[in-house]
Amino acid sequence: MGISGIDFVHGCSAIGAGLALIAGIGPGVGQGIAAGYGASAVGRNPGARSDITSTMLLGQAVAETTGLYGLVVAIILMFVKPFD
Amino acid sequence: MGILLAGDISEQFMIKGVLKMPFLFLGQEVWITDSILSMILISIILIIFAIICNKIIKKAKEIPTGIQNVVELVVEMIDNMVKGTLGDNAYRFRNYIGTIFLFILVANLSGLLGLRAPTADYGVTLPLGIFTFIIIQFQGFKNSGINNFLDLFKPTPILFPINIIGEVTTPITLSLRLFANLLSGVIIMGLWYGMIPVVFRFGIPAALHAYCDLFSGCIQAYVFSMLTMVYVSQKL
Repeated sequence: MGISGIDFVHGCSAIGAGLALIAGIGPGVGQGIAAGYGASAVGRNPGARSDITSTMLLGQAVAETTGLYGLVVAIILMFVKPFD
Repeated sequence: MGILLAGDISEQFMIKGVLKMPFLFLGQEVWITDSILSMILISIILIIFAIICNKIIKKAKEIPTGIQNVVELVVEMIDNMVKGTLGDNAYRFRNYIGTIFLFILVANLSGLLGLRAPTADYGVTLPLGIFTFIIIQFQGFKNSGINNFLDLFKPTPILFPINIIGEVTTPITLSLRLFANLLSGVIIMGLWYGMIPVVFRFGIPAALHAYCDLFSGCIQAYVFSMLTMVYVSQKL
């Protein structure tokens, strides 16, 4: 029972989608570092809590973008099937 | 629009076509999808809210009561947000920022009501990013004239292609960030509702909705309008 060419392409697309989600590691580390520094900043200056929180969330949301690009690539590989 | 639009696949998180238009646009089929329907519904709700607010503010009292409290709270919050970033120019941009902030917020939260969040459709978020891009470039040309274009050749002309990429990717990153955040929420909710036995569909998804729709939606609405203001303030 041989594998036809198109099945091989679909399987490789699924593997590629899985590999694309390795991109989630970077934002995880980055957001953790940002949250850690945010916590220490609040500890040093509790009065500036709201400013620190909004700055931290903004930076985290920007850092999250690279991981979401991985998600978009994976979804395009899985559902749009550009290599058919 | 073409992304995730599949007519015969009935997975939860796909954009579903509701009504097929009887004409072709540039050789492509035109569909009224469920995200377009929920966007129209959200627009109608926001317009009705605006009309009610207008009526109430015209008869505003010294000591606010009822819905006047809510209106004043929202307007003050948006005013503070815009003033914190744009300073003296805030009055020129708070209408636009308030509009996109309220639209994105209500659109993100509409997932709680069982609608498909329209911001989980790239055809909705890319125009929002393009509006921002037009405003950024318009402000650049208005405030620095031809220098807005000449700045692309600084510090050395070799960097011109990289500067161009940096300008053009602004709307794409803005829209992809919003789109992918909401899409991941929609996919997680769709997988949860699609794969588990019926008993688990009560109660447990509330926690997922609280994160994917409430937290993520509010943060992304804030981030989108905040980044718009940051990009605009660089050109002032």
